Amino acid sequence: MAVGSLPTVTLAYAEEVAPAAGSRVWRKLTRSPAAIVGMLILIVVLGTALAAPWIAPHDPATQSLLRRFTPPVWTAGGNPAYPLGTDQVGRDILSRMIHGARISLLVGVLAMVVSVLVGVTLGLLSGFVGGRLDTVLMTIVDITWSFPPLLLALAFVAALGPSLLTIILVLGFTGWERYARVVRAEVLALREKDFVEAARAMGIGSLRILRVHVLPNTFSSIVVLSTLQVAQAILAEAALSFLGVGSGRTYPTWGQMIALGRDFVSVAWWLATFPGLAILATVLAINLVGDRLRDALDPRI
Amino acid sequence: MTKFLVRRVVRLVVVCVGVSLVTFAILQASGDPVTLMMPEAPEADRAMLRQALGLHDPLLVQFGRFAGRALTGDFGNSFFHRAPAFGLVVERMPTTLTLTVLAMGLALVIALPVGIYSAVRRGRAVDQLATGTVFLGQSMPPFWTGIMLILLFAVQWRLLPVSGWDSWASVILPTLTLGTFTAPLLLRIVRSSMLEVINLDYVRTARAKGLSEWLVICRHALKNAALPLVTVTGLQFGLLLGGAIITETVFAVPGVGRLIVTALRQLDFPVVQAGVFMLAMVVVSLNFVVDVLYVYLDPRIGLR
Repeated sequence: MAVGSLPTVTLAYAEEVAPAAGSRVWRKLTRSPAAIVGMLILIVVLGTALAAPWIAPHDPATQSLLRRFTPPVWTAGGNPAYPLGTDQVGRDILSRMIHGARISLLVGVLAMVVSVLVGVTLGLLSGFVGGRLDTVLMTIVDITWSFPPLLLALAFVAALGPSLLTIILVLGFTGWERYARVVRAEVLALREKDFVEAARAMGIGSLRILRVHVLPNTFSSIVVLSTLQVAQAILAEAALSFLGVGSGRTYPTWGQMIALGRDFVSVAWWLATFPGLAILATVLAINLVGDRLRDALDPRI
Repeated sequence: MTKFLVRRVVRLVVVCVGVSLVTFAILQASGDPVTLMMPEAPEADRAMLRQALGLHDPLLVQFGRFAGRALTGDFGNSFFHRAPAFGLVVERMPTTLTLTVLAMGLALVIALPVGIYSAVRRGRAVDQLATGTVFLGQSMPPFWTGIMLILLFAVQWRLLPVSGWDSWASVILPTLTLGTFTAPLLLRIVRSSMLEVINLDYVRTARAKGLSEWLVICRHALKNAALPLVTVTGLQFGLLLGGAIITETVFAVPGVGRLIVTALRQLDFPVVQAGVFMLAMVVVSLNFVVDVLYVYLDPRIGLR
C-alpha cells in the first residue's frame, strides 16, 4: 500500500516544486538588464513575424523599376513611403525584412525542435542502455564533428533540393549532437543516484524512470542549449540563403537580401546593411537571453 | 602510451570510414547522378552509362568502390570542368589554408592579450566591455561583416580591393572578416582558461613571494592555461574552415570553399564530394594530432 502510493507522492512533490523554480528563474532573469533588452527585442521580432502581412507597408514582391534603388528616407533622394529604401527592382526593403523575419524564426525554432527530439532521444538511449549502442552513437557524434559546421548542411540541402522543409530537417539533423552529449552525460551521472536506484528497486520500468526521474533533471541544460541553438540555426539559415541554397525565391529571407546587397555593394549600401542588422539584433537578443537563462537555471553560480 | 596510440588510430580509421560514408551519401541524396551528368541524352544512353558506372550494384558495393577510390584521391571527373575533381580541390587548398592560418593568427593576436587582461580584471569595466564585444561578435553573420568591411574600405574610402586574392592588399579584408569571426570565440576560451588557473594555490604562492603581477601572469598562470588553450584552439579549426567557405564566397577568393559553393550551384557533385572529403580530412587529422599531443604533453593523462 505504502509502496504503491510512493510514486504519486514524488510526482505531487515535483509538481509543487516546478512553478516555484520557474518563478525563481523568472525573477533572476528580470533582474538582468541584458536579459530584459533581449526579451524586448525578441517580442518585437516575434510580433513583426506574426503580423507581417498587416504591418508591412508594401507587398514584399511588388516591383517598380521607376523606384529602383531609392535610398533610405534620411538620405538625399529618400522617399518617406520607403523608409529603408528599395532594391534593384524597386521592392520595399522594410517590407521584405518584415516578411523575412517569418522565415528566420520559423527555421530557427523548428530546426531546434528537430535537434532536441533527435538529440534527447539518442542521448537518453545512449546513456541508459549504454554498451555497444553507446559506442556507435558516440562514433556518429565524432564523425559529424569532423566536418566544418555548415559544410554538411550546405552539401545536403543542395543535394536534396533547396526548400524550407529541407533546410529545417538538415539543420535539425546536423545540430543534435550537443543535446545527445549533454543528456548522455547527465543520464550517466544520474543513473548512479540513490533516487533512481530506489525507483528501480521499487520495480518501476526503465521508460518510466527515464520520463519521471531522469528527463526532468536534464531539463535546464536542454532549455539553455536549445535557446542558443535557435540563434545558431538563424545564422545558419541566413548563411545558406546567402550562399544560394536557401528556400528558393518565393519568399524573401534576410540572408538572400544580403546576398543581393553583395552584388550591388558599390551602388546601394542599404541593401545589405539593414537585413544584416535585423539578423544581428535577433541573434544577439537570443544569445543574451540564453546566457542569462544559463546563469538563472544553474544554482551553482 | 602505445595502447592509447593504437586505440586512437583505430578511432581515426573508423572516423575516416564514417566521413567517406557521409560524403558518399551526398551524391545518393541528389537522386540520379546520370541525369545530372547528361541531362539531354536519350534514356538508352543513360541506361548504358548507369550500367558502366555500376549504379545498379548494391549500395554497399558502390560505397566500397567509392571509398577505395577516395583513398587514392580519385573522386571522378568534374561534370563541369572535365578534369579530375581531386586535382581541382588540391590546387585550391593552399589558398584556403593560407586564409585560415592568417585569420587564426589575427584572432590570436586579438584574443590573447584581451582575454588575459579581461580575466585578470574580472568583472571590471574592461572585462565587461570585452564580454559585450564577444556577444556582439558571435551574433554577427560573417558574410555580413565582410560586406560591411567592403562598404567601408573598398567603396567608401577606396583603400582596398573589393574582391580577389592576387595582391597583399586583397588579402587584408578576407583575413579581417574571418579573423573577427574567430576572435570572439578564442577570447572566450582564453578568458575562461585563465580564470580557471588564476585563483589556484600556486598562483597565490607566486604572488605571495612578491613577484610582480606581470611575472605571475606570464610565467605561472599562462603557462598552465596554455595547454587546454592550444587544444581547444586546434579543435576550433573546423569552425574556421566553415567560416572560410563563407568568406571566400564574399570576396571571390579562389579557395576550396568557393569551389564547393560554385560546384553546388552547378550540381557538380564529384567536386563537392572531393572538397567536402578533403576539408573533413584536414579537421580529422588536426584533431588527431591535437589529441595525441595533449596526452604527450600533459603527464597527468595518458595512463588511462
